[in-house]
Amino acid sequence: LDFSTPRYLYWLFCQFELITCSYLMEPWEKVLFYSFNLAMLGLLLYTTYVCLAFHASSAFQLLCSFLGNPRENSLSVVK
Amino acid sequence: MANPSAVCNGHLHHHNHQKQNNLLKSGISKKNGITKGMKKNGVSNGTLYKKTFIEHFEQAPMYVAVFTFVGFAVGTIFGYLRDFMRAWGLEKRNIAAEREQQKDFVPLYQDFENFYTRNLYLRIRDNWNRPICSVPGPQFDLMERVTDDYNWTFRFTGRTIKNVINMGSYNYLGFAETDVNALKTVTIELEKYGTGVCSTRQEMGTLDKHVELEKLVAKFLGVEDAMVFGMGFATNSMNIPALVGKGCLILSDELNHTSLVLGARLSGATIRIFKHNNMQSLEKLLRDAIIYGQPRTHRAWRKIIILVEGIYSMEGSIVRLPEIVSLKNKYKAYLYLDEAHSIGAVGATGRGVVEYFGMSPNDVDVLMGTFTKSFGAAGGYIAGKKDLVDFLRTHSHSAVYATSMCPPVAEQIIRAMKCLMGLDGTTQGLQRVRQLEKNTRYFRRKLHEMGFIIYGNDDSPVVPLLLYMPGKIGAFARRMLEKNIGVVVVGFPATPITESRARFCVSAAHTREMLDTVLNALDELGDFLHLKYSRYSKSAHPELYEESRLELED
Repeated sequence: LDFSTPRYLYWLFCQFELITCSYLMEPWEKVLFYSFNLAMLGLLLYTTYVCLAFHASSAFQLLCSFLGNPRENSLSVVK
Repeated sequence: MANPSAVCNGHLHHHNHQKQNNLLKSGISKKNGITKGMKKNGVSNGTLYKKTFIEHFEQAPMYVAVFTFVGFAVGTIFGYLRDFMRAWGLEKRNIAAEREQQKDFVPLYQDFENFYTRNLYLRIRDNWNRPICSVPGPQFDLMERVTDDYNWTFRFTGRTIKNVINMGSYNYLGFAETDVNALKTVTIELEKYGTGVCSTRQEMGTLDKHVELEKLVAKFLGVEDAMVFGMGFATNSMNIPALVGKGCLILSDELNHTSLVLGARLSGATIRIFKHNNMQSLEKLLRDAIIYGQPRTHRAWRKIIILVEGIYSMEGSIVRLPEIVSLKNKYKAYLYLDEAHSIGAVGATGRGVVEYFGMSPNDVDVLMGTFTKSFGAAGGYIAGKKDLVDFLRTHSHSAVYATSMCPPVAEQIIRAMKCLMGLDGTTQGLQRVRQLEKNTRYFRRKLHEMGFIIYGNDDSPVVPLLLYMPGKIGAFARRMLEKNIGVVVVGFPATPITESRARFCVSAAHTREMLDTVLNALDELGDFLHLKYSRYSKSAHPELYEESRLELED
């Protein structure tokens, strides 16, 4: 099983079509369905990106504050 | 009473003896009835089953059920969308509607009732009602049909698709043939009697052919007398009301055929349903019936009759006849056995489930069967004791009102039955039965090995292959037709909504090459559509030897 060949991707797309019954739809219904799905997916990715960026930056700041303070303390101890 | 415990096939959490009501439908493969090692007190009182009784009802992995529901949800949403567009005039309505002047009356055509038909069935409607234009033998010819407006209307292109391998006809013994030598007697009778009978049995419709046929059927089954009717469905629906009435109790299997259900409802008796092939459920119902009697008055029931089928055509399962007979003898009930699919198809000499289990026909009170499936004709019979059949001759609705069987068809049954019994001097009948057995076993074994989920008993020629998802129903049937193989796919409402399937009917007329063609096509298609859900596929090793060479012909 070669996971990157176009044939495998086409097969995966066929599976998606069969499972969601888009195989049975008329062309305009398919367009509607796929655009809806892509829109939802895009929204999901955008929300993930924004939220993750926010959480990642706040977590990084927290981590920096932990790292920063002991360094200052050790300096004061050394001094 | 010998109660075979369920030997589990990997489902350890079902291994409790108290709750055996959900045995078969929850994916346990029941093995051999011999439970000497598993009985509690070690007293072996013999077994009811003389040969192994292996049935498979495997459950698919959970993701399959999830995907099936996803498919139906998407289909339903789009159905609502299309209905909305149709109601608001954004799309042309092709369905029946009232006239403008009648819009304010009580609606004739309720839109929602046929929601499923209109939106889901219609999309894959081209896989059913395909007209064929030859005899439905092991191969047949199809008329080519195309649709221009997504299955609302069809038109014929005028061409025929030739030699499509037939995996859907109930041609178990291969008697649907056009060989001139085989049909010699039928042609003679056709020229002697013509085609119409133009009368009912009680008026002037009883021909000497019917008497000859009835005697032959009685001899074939080993009973005292039999009566034949012109239509198999009508045999059930018209004779059950003659046998039972108000104040009687009918215990009918969950998955009984519509003809049995219709007959039971027409009779006016009380109907109680027991779980499919589940003897504990049946026994509980019998005990309740005898203990509590009729609903309000608590009087004893006038008659208790158990309605079962020999082979269930949607599941491929065989009835547990020995257990039912022992139950019926214990609780003094009557047994009505509908052998529509099993007569001719199972049993060492083709005499049905009674012979398959090694029992005597006297154990079953009413033996019913049809000639449509294994005999290549039309009609049905009811056989049993002479008193029963004489009663039916006078009291059956079919005898009084329905036209009797037409003579050439009766002759076809006579010649098929004589062939089966060996009365025509050849062993062709027995060869057909053996060939069917071989074909069935080969087909089922190969499908199991490939990894498909197959329901039913290992010996039944009806092979349902589970498809589950609604999208795959259409894809499967269409692609098989492209490969020149005709299959029957079934979905809701004939099956439960999540368990749509393709049903194969193995025939004695199929050669090994035809079966191999079908199996190769199924292999390819199974990989492409991802249908191989079975988690218990038998052998993963390649064939060590070529099976056909080592097989000894009997």
